[in-house]
Amino acid sequence: MLVNKRKKRKAEIPTASQADLAFLLLIFFLVTTNIDTDKGIQMVLPEKGQETKVHKQNIANILINANGQVMMDEQPIEVKLIAEKARQMIRDNENIIFSVKTVRDTRYDVYIDVLDQLKMANAKRISIAEPEQ
Amino acid sequence: MKRFQKKVKVGTEIPQASLPDIIFMLLMFFMVSTTFKQSQGLKLVLPDAKKIEKLKAVRDVATIWVDRTGRISIDDRLVEVKSIRNIIYNKAIDPLHPMKLVALRVDKDCKMGIVSDIHEELRAVGGAALQVNYSTRTATD
Repeated sequence: MLVNKRKKRKAEIPTASQADLAFLLLIFFLVTTNIDTDKGIQMVLPEKGQETKVHKQNIANILINANGQVMMDEQPIEVKLIAEKARQMIRDNENIIFSVKTVRDTRYDVYIDVLDQLKMANAKRISIAEPEQ
Repeated sequence: MKRFQKKVKVGTEIPQASLPDIIFMLLMFFMVSTTFKQSQGLKLVLPDAKKIEKLKAVRDVATIWVDRTGRISIDDRLVEVKSIRNIIYNKAIDPLHPMKLVALRVDKDCKMGIVSDIHEELRAVGGAALQVNYSTRTATD
């Protein structure tokens, strides 16, 4: 009977610190989350063995040489002016395909600049030609 | 004037009982949206571009790092150009998280030769490997 004499204690879990605990976890995830995702220029590479013949009129060749000089439609052009010219060409011919051709020694940032210019002109059809050996 | 002072003083306590619930809700959001960085990659300087897009997929992206000396790294391991094909293919057929996109983080001082070699490897794989993103920084002018 000794057992029954014991006082019944109230069995409550203290919840005052629950908010603090949640805050701590929240801060951890706030710090480890990287919201800034990768960004850049998106392209779709041509499938292998799917080289299709295109009418010559619908192609605008853009050549970039090892010194970073750009040739568009047989004429040398400054990189900054490509967007304007591309816009013009799209206006003239909706089906135009911009073929970007480089050499193996072309710098990557010039290539990105050219793609950037074409994207600025809202060019949808961009093709990447194999570099000349 | 007496009339004003007759007003009963109302208790000015903000109920805090729902505070943990609100915080737990925020916590859930961050837990779900967190993606832990899986690889450190190589030290490099990305090129600048103005017309950039955010990546469509966040999670199932294979990142290929190329630094200015031409070293290639995937998942923190230095790899040869010729082995990219196998690695990317294995990522593309992964049953749990099939790769949706390849991000190329290439140093701006690289030459196109190595980039086109990687293109060739990706084209050999085909499918999702053809979806390429050239990672860039946002141009500041």
